[in-house]
Amino acid sequence: MLAVTDLRKSYPSPEGGRVEIVNVAAFRLAAGEQVALRGESGSGKTTFLNLIAGILAADAGKVEIDGTEMTALSEPKRDRLRADKLGYIFQTFNLLQGYTVVENVLLGMSFGPRGADRAHAREMLGRVGLGHRLDHFPHQLSTGQQQRVAVARALANRPKLVLADEPTGNLDRKHSREALALIREVSREQGAALLLVSHDEEVLGTFENRSDFAALNLARQEVRS
Amino acid sequence: MTLPLIVYRSLRQHALSTVVTAGGIALACGLLMCVWMVKTQAQAVFTSTTSGFDAVLGARGSKLQLVLNAIFHLEASPGNVAAADFEMIRRHPMIKTAIPLAVGDNLRGFRLVGTAPELFTNVEYAPGKKFTIRAGGKVFAADAKEALAGSFAAQRLGLKVGDTFRPFHGLAFDPKAEHADDFTVTGILEPTNTPVDRVIWIPLRGLQLMSGHDPKAATDVSAVLLQLRTPMAGLQLDMMYNKQGNRLTFAYPVGAIVAELFGKIAWFDQVLALVAYLVALVAAGSVLASIYNSMSARRRDLAILRALGARRRTVFGAVLAEAAAIGALGAAVGFAVYYGLFAGVAGVIRAQTGVVLDLGAKHPVLWICPLAMIGLCALGGIVPAWKAYRTPVAETLAPVS
Repeated sequence: MLAVTDLRKSYPSPEGGRVEIVNVAAFRLAAGEQVALRGESGSGKTTFLNLIAGILAADAGKVEIDGTEMTALSEPKRDRLRADKLGYIFQTFNLLQGYTVVENVLLGMSFGPRGADRAHAREMLGRVGLGHRLDHFPHQLSTGQQQRVAVARALANRPKLVLADEPTGNLDRKHSREALALIREVSREQGAALLLVSHDEEVLGTFENRSDFAALNLARQEVRS
Repeated sequence: MTLPLIVYRSLRQHALSTVVTAGGIALACGLLMCVWMVKTQAQAVFTSTTSGFDAVLGARGSKLQLVLNAIFHLEASPGNVAAADFEMIRRHPMIKTAIPLAVGDNLRGFRLVGTAPELFTNVEYAPGKKFTIRAGGKVFAADAKEALAGSFAAQRLGLKVGDTFRPFHGLAFDPKAEHADDFTVTGILEPTNTPVDRVIWIPLRGLQLMSGHDPKAATDVSAVLLQLRTPMAGLQLDMMYNKQGNRLTFAYPVGAIVAELFGKIAWFDQVLALVAYLVALVAAGSVLASIYNSMSARRRDLAILRALGARRRTVFGAVLAEAAAIGALGAAVGFAVYYGLFAGVAGVIRAQTGVVLDLGAKHPVLWICPLAMIGLCALGGIVPAWKAYRTPVAETLAPVS
């Protein structure tokens, strides 16, 4: 489902030269597999997910999703692939504040293959327990509910791969457990692979497959000139 | 569904700036359409308003003043035409109809014009249109102290058949200058949408012999309205009166003389149009400023849309569509502004001249202007749309870890 090979990303450093953030030689994720990566803040794990999602262009290396080499595609084709095959759950949810709950999900769907299917959006929101809040705006929801909208949005297109970046980072312990269970459950139901990054040991502990991003990432953020 | 939803929500989120910007555009659009429509309609209506006559004969002076006085009932008469001159033109073989006019009195600001009853019985004031009198009324008798009121004057003065009034001397109303003669209203004219509606018509002799008028001028007329037998007659009479003679002025053709007036005030139109164009440009600039200034607040939304799979061209198009939507909103409200302004201006023109401008008239400017406005606004949206196009997704959504 996901194959990452020699993926590299660096940024210009304030002192001159460049800082390498990501240098992953190889990473694989099978269809339907759920894997958690442990990573501290600043370890480059968000950049890694952004590279996989194609919202950042890599300096070098390959990202292959469901048989398509994302890194070889033009930007519009990357956008299309992202809309078709990926669901992205952000730590800060990134809901569109001026849109209702159902509109957030509909917009997520509208760029994908099935288009804005209102019935399916409602069904997804019902699945995450928000069937009665369709016309609310995000600011009218609790933090936990907002996260559930983000989950519904990420999974509404029946993606092949779900990326979750510290999805419980803004939630208390109870909501964190609920959200995590929901993400894993719904991903499983939809047949999507899940790649979750977190620094929370309790979250990581629920995954059978987990590894250290630090061990995966060879960059160590050394300065190269 | 996506683009309209994005545009709608964005407009809602920035409702105040949307309303203010659209208001500016509405004003610009309404003003532009109004200036254009009043200009074109006024020119068309004034130049075609001849009251059914081809020419005017009057005292030596300006042709324009003569036409304004005799046809539009504006301005003072440039002088008198002697009875012998009137008789001569009336009997001229090239003249089909000659109707004398005498002016110099008013009824509370509305002009009294002395004329022959034939004006209302024999003359078509527009092709196929003769004057008609409201039920229960009739034309004044040539030798009686009777009056036939134009529809607008009658309405404003509250005149009805059977009413009597005393005229006031002069063209401007002076309460101290009341004549001692009593006139009886015998009829009210149906509206003609011409300057005739603003006049109270009395017999020629009634005005000539009004108490207090100079008895020496009791047979003079102020002007003579003429219908010619052939267009060639106009050229021959022009030669006779204007080039070979030096006592009278022959104003022919009436429409061309009024067109000269519009030629003289063309600079005023241009100034008005320039102001309207500037307002339009400022309105388009305000769209640019309004959307551009809100781009910082929108960057995150745009980045989220991109992260969800929206292409750069989609967010570019969304911002451009929003600018165009503001333009469209402004243009739609602009029609209300246009109708309001036009109705006001048309009311003033009607009150001052009797000429009626048509509020329901169609003209290409009524679709060109709103479309141009929408186009201008979309153009103003290009800069913020470009900014949206270049929004870096990852950097905007979260700092690099």
